[in-house]
This record gives sequence, structure tokens and C-alpha cells, in this order.
Amino acid sequence: MLSRTASNLFWMGRHLERAETAARLLDVGQRITLLPNSDAGYRNEWNSLLQASGTSDLFLQKYGEITQENIEEFFFFDRENPSSVVSCVEKAREAGRIVRTALTSQVWDALNVTYQELRRIEKTPRDKLDTATLTDVTTGHTSTVRGAINATQLRNDGWHFIHIGFGLERADATARLLDVKYFVLLPRVEFVGSGLDTYQWMVILRALSAHRAFHWAYGGDITAGGVADFLILNGESPRSLITSLYETVWHLDGLARRYGDDVPATARDRAKLTLDALQERDIDAIFDEGLHEFLSWFIGEIAAVSNQVHQDYFLGGS
Amino acid sequence: MMVHYNEMFEGEAVREPYARLSEWVRTMPEDFRQMKQAEAEALFRRIGITFAVYGEGGDPDRLIPFDMMPRVFEQAEWRRLERGIKQRARALNAFLRDVYGRGEIIRAGRIPARLVYQNEAYEKAVAGFVPPRGVYSHIIGIDLVRTAKDEFFVLEDNCRTPSGVSYMLENREIMMRMFPQLFRKNHIEPVDQYPELLRRTLESVAPAKCQGRPTCVILTPGHFNSAYYEHSFLANLMGLELVEGADLFVDGEFVYMRTTQGPKRVDVIYRRIDDPFLDPLCFRPDSMLGVPGLMDVYRSGGVSICSAPGAGVADDKAIYTFVPEMIRFYLGEEPLLNNVRTWTLWKDDDYRYVMANLPDLVVKEVHGSGGYGMLVGPKAGKEEIETFRKKIEANPSNYIAQPTLALSTCPTFVEEGIAPRHVDLRPFCLCGDRIELVPGGLTRVALREGSLVVNSSQGGGVKDTWVLSE
Repeated sequence: MLSRTASNLFWMGRHLERAETAARLLDVGQRITLLPNSDAGYRNEWNSLLQASGTSDLFLQKYGEITQENIEEFFFFDRENPSSVVSCVEKAREAGRIVRTALTSQVWDALNVTYQELRRIEKTPRDKLDTATLTDVTTGHTSTVRGAINATQLRNDGWHFIHIGFGLERADATARLLDVKYFVLLPRVEFVGSGLDTYQWMVILRALSAHRAFHWAYGGDITAGGVADFLILNGESPRSLITSLYETVWHLDGLARRYGDDVPATARDRAKLTLDALQERDIDAIFDEGLHEFLSWFIGEIAAVSNQVHQDYFLGGS
Repeated sequence: MMVHYNEMFEGEAVREPYARLSEWVRTMPEDFRQMKQAEAEALFRRIGITFAVYGEGGDPDRLIPFDMMPRVFEQAEWRRLERGIKQRARALNAFLRDVYGRGEIIRAGRIPARLVYQNEAYEKAVAGFVPPRGVYSHIIGIDLVRTAKDEFFVLEDNCRTPSGVSYMLENREIMMRMFPQLFRKNHIEPVDQYPELLRRTLESVAPAKCQGRPTCVILTPGHFNSAYYEHSFLANLMGLELVEGADLFVDGEFVYMRTTQGPKRVDVIYRRIDDPFLDPLCFRPDSMLGVPGLMDVYRSGGVSICSAPGAGVADDKAIYTFVPEMIRFYLGEEPLLNNVRTWTLWKDDDYRYVMANLPDLVVKEVHGSGGYGMLVGPKAGKEEIETFRKKIEANPSNYIAQPTLALSTCPTFVEEGIAPRHVDLRPFCLCGDRIELVPGGLTRVALREGSLVVNSSQGGGVKDTWVLSE
């Protein structure tokens, strides 16, 4: 496979995943606007979510105030925001268009329809739109693309590259979101049992579409340890660090087996080491070493794996 | 008043090849037609075939109107055309081999040296080099018009990178999908073997240094190009990689593409970019599209380029007038297809004649395309003619003139039902170890009543082109 094709498939995966992240952040953001305001209160939650997507400065510069319209505009429509839904879907579609021969017509159709639908929504007067629709449309369409990929793409190297994109982006997004909120997850005496911390944890779970899954998996009260365990080490949770990384390793392994010994597999090796390290830990150990330190290490590892993927496969050996 | 030949009729009677179609149209319910037209458009939009034909530019997402009424050739008519087209293709390649070699035709005084060696499309960089099998132009698009039952004229030859073949293939796919009963009743020669033939043609011109089965690729300027759809469509059907310049690099005596498994050698490049952009070291140093060092590898037989750099010198509008001469000179045959009588304005006699007869003539720029920059005398007002006259006076050698041809018409679906509209034809001739032509081509139709301009930028559409089997 052409290196450029592989790279475009990889980035198509990353951008689709990123579009979904933006849609979920949009959903959380709009819930926060429904809550009473106070300086140190819920609106700060919002700011931390902005920080997680690395767009806090841009938002504050351009919009300042957190209102529903601003949030919708920024997270959904704004092309100046590289992480907005429209920006990401546009980039995913562009990548798909460039490598159209590597996609089945169902995948291309789904991708193209997603884009056309966003274009249609863009032309709709904003007062005719509500946030829930925007979020649903995005996740609905990206799920269709994902479904088409899984149902119709050949299980070849291209399929692996798309999923490596999904996996690394997802691992990165979850880790960043956790890192921004790591302090609320640290069990601190003064917060325990207060309404505030429970709500903050809820926000994190919701931002990862995991608030219902959490209850299924753990039952009972939401606790800091529970939330962190669910999002870091739980192999059932689809967005946890361990699941995202496990799936990434699976696909990197698939590539390495397909390509044999002649092609370096440093990305696979690095990702495997990281996964091993993750599997050896439990949540207490992570809290002991420091959640922030742990997450910084993990984010660095994901960046390193991504970089190795680039080195191993996208340069074409020249 | 000029009489235009309607391809469906012989006098008052419907010609045999159109008999079943004519019945089909007559018995077609009105709402059925509208429904099918909408269906066809949805299909085209869905597959994303929205590019301008023949490099006319314009909105890349524009849909070219598709007319559901096919154009039909009898087997005997097609055989004649086929012989003429293949003859022309052979002569054009012989000409290219000659002018990049000893230049016999020039020494013999049949073609002025100036028109060849001073031609912008003549590549001095490849003089003396003979590509595999002596083939320079591997895909030749020959634009034809018809003026009577047995009279066809060649309007121009396209020896570089003719486009539009994806329309030929998609038009057929869509017709077969929408009207299978038509294909059961009429016996229509298939065209879908084209990609396979093209792949074989490319493989047949692999360079001598190639070992084993040749690796062929399509080189595209990228997804912003108006014909990108066609490039990716063909790559997909042939199972070839679609590469951009940056995917290729030269190492030693070969060209490689960058793949996820390391460098992979490339033997044949079907390029869809123009000569000046092929290799920044050899041609335009500012080009980002090309592959540095490509021409050195090409000249040392490490890679084949289709069409060969420099092939464009054979399809220039000035060279065009000499194609019948080439056929006589190289093949010792009489041309089977006519050229349109052409006056070249850099000749004094021709200049005087053209200036005296502007209202009756079509005047074109030598390097123009897409139906722009031309004067259609009989359709132009006095003022337009006078403006154009001044342009010619300023630079006569930039123009050629031709008589207004009585272009044939084909029945075409219009608002009010069915009506005759003017058409042309572009078949695609493949030249490798063999010369091949699929039975069909791209028919363009001028959808505006009375219009002679079939270009999609000026209200042209496309039709499926049928060749009936025996």
C-alpha cells in the first residue's frame, strides 16, 4: 500500500474519532449552561473541557462568554477550531476522497453523506437547530461510517491503519480529558460526599458517553476510584485507556504479521510495552504514583507510538 | 439553410439500428421518463462523477447532463470508423518516432521543419530516444463529427492525456442498470473491457530493464484536478496504485513508490499530468507535481511513461492539417477518415481567403480548447465578427479556420419530448503491442437547440454510445 494512502486512512480514522469527541463535548457543554452559575462552580467545568480539547484560548479569544449559541458555533460549526465537528468531518472526508480507491463504495457513501448532511445543517438558520440534534446527527453518522468500515472493508492493511487511527485518537482523548480533571478524581477528604464532586465525575463520564455504562459495570455510588478505574483500566469500557490501547496493539500486530520481518515494527513494540505496563498496574498504584504523572506518561507514550507509526509506514523507506 | 443529417432517419423512415429505440420512446409514459431522468442524476451524483470533460475547467462538482437516449452505430458503420481510427493512430505514432529520430518526413519536404521543431510541445530532451515498442502515444482520443450517412470528419487528435473515458464506462453502467430490457432486445457490444485492455496496453510497454510482471501506476496531479474522479476510477478498475509526484522518487537507475513496506519499483507510469510538470530537474523547476530525476531514468530505459513526453507535438492544431500526409508517407495508404479542410492563417493565400469569408467560417485559436476563443461565423453578429477580425489581424499565426460543418444530430430528450441535437464522438484508441479500440466512445451532445458547441462548459451533455453486434 502507498505510504500516502496509509497515512490518509490513519488520519481519516483520527479525524472521525475527533469529530465524535467534539460532538460529545458539545453535549456536555450545553448541559453545563443549564446549571446555575457561580465563579468557582459549574462553568469552570466547561473551561476544563475546553482545555482538554486544547482549544480553551481560541474559544475565549473568539467568543468569551459561555452561552449555548457560542458553544454550538465553536464545537460544531467553527472552521477556525481545528477540533470542531465540521472541521474534523471535512478533513476525514478529504482524506477519504484522496484515497477513494482504498475505500468501499459503502464507506465512501457514508462519509460523503455525513459531510453533505453537515453542509445542509450549516445552511439551516441557527434558531431552528438544537444541540441534541447536532450531537445525535454527528454520532449517528460517524457510527454509520464506522459500521460501513467494519461491515465492508477488506481486512487488509488499510483496515488496520484506519483502526490504529481510531485507537490512538481515542486513547489520547480519554487521557487528556482525565488529565484536565485529575484533581477532582483525587480522593480528598473535604470533597467526599459533597454534591460538587459527584457532579464533576458525572461530567467526565458523560463527556465520554460512559455515565450509563459505569452503572452497569460498577453499580452503586459514583466514586473517584470507580470512575478512574473505569476509564483507565476497565477492559470492558470501550473508551478506557486500556481498551483503546489493546485494540491499537491488536491492529499493529496485524500489520506486523502481514508485513513480516523486513518491515520494522517499532510502533507495535512500543505500544506493547506500554500496554504491558498498563496491565501491571491497579488503580491504587496509579493514585500512589500520582494520577497526573501517570497520565502525562501515557499521553507521551501515545504520541511516541503515533510517531513510530509514521516512521515505520508513512515514509516509504526513503 | 444548412441541412443537418439526423442519424435516426433515412428520408422519412426510421433507420434499422434505431427501430427498437424509436418504439421504446414512442411507448414510454411521460412520468416514467421523468422518474428515470431523476434516477440517473441521483446515480451520477452518488458515484461522484462530476468533473469537466477535456480539461475545460469550471466547477469540479458540477454534474454533466446525461441524456438517456443512446446514440447507435451499426456494426458496418463502426468497422469503417474503427479502421480509420486505427490507421490514424498508427500514423501518429510513426510520425512521433520519426520526428524524434531522423525526421524523414521533414527531409522529404512534406511537413515544414518549423512547425515541428519550433513547436512548444516538441521535447528536445527526448530526441533520439525510442520508447518501448516505438509507441509514444498509448491512448489516443480522436474527436469525430459526422455530416452524412457515410461522411465522418476528424476534428482533432488528442495524443497526450485524453479524458472522458470514465463517462463512456459510467454512461453504459447506468443505462444497463436503468434499462436492462433495452439491452436484452438490442444486441449491443460491451465496452467494459476497456480498463483491462488499458492495463494490458500499459504492461506491454514495460521497459527492457523490467523483470517479471510490470508494476504500473497512474500519476495524478492530485484530488484538486478536475479529472481526479477519472484517475481514481481507472486506478480502481485496473487495480493500480494512484500516485502523486511526492509518492515517487528516483534512486539510482529506477523509480520507486513509497509504500508501507518500503520502496517498491515502478515500471510503467500512466501519467495524467502535462509534460512541463513531470520532472522539475528537466522541465519546470517550480513544479511541485513531478518527480526529480524521472526523465533521466526514462531516457536510460528504467521506466516507461505513457504517453511519452513530447507526444503532444502530434496533436497540435497546426500539425493536424498534415495527418493525411503522414498516413500516405508512413503507411502508404489513403486516409480512411477525412480531415476538415483547414486554412492556416500564417499562409498569405489562406489569410486572404479567410478574411474575405469570415461569416461562413469557424475560426479557432491554434492552442485553444474547450470551445473558448473561437468564432462561429454563421452564428455571429456583424459586431462580433469585426471584433474577431481585429484579433486575427493582431496575430494571424495564432489562428486556423475551417468551414462550418453540417454536424449530424441525434434524437435527444428535451422538455417537449424528443428532438434532434448536434453530437460529436470521441473514441479511445489504445496502442501497445497491439492497437485496440473498444466498440464505443464518448458522445457529447449540444443540448441547446441549434447549438453546435458540445463542450460541457457551454451547455453540452453526454450520451451512451452503442455499437450493435452483427
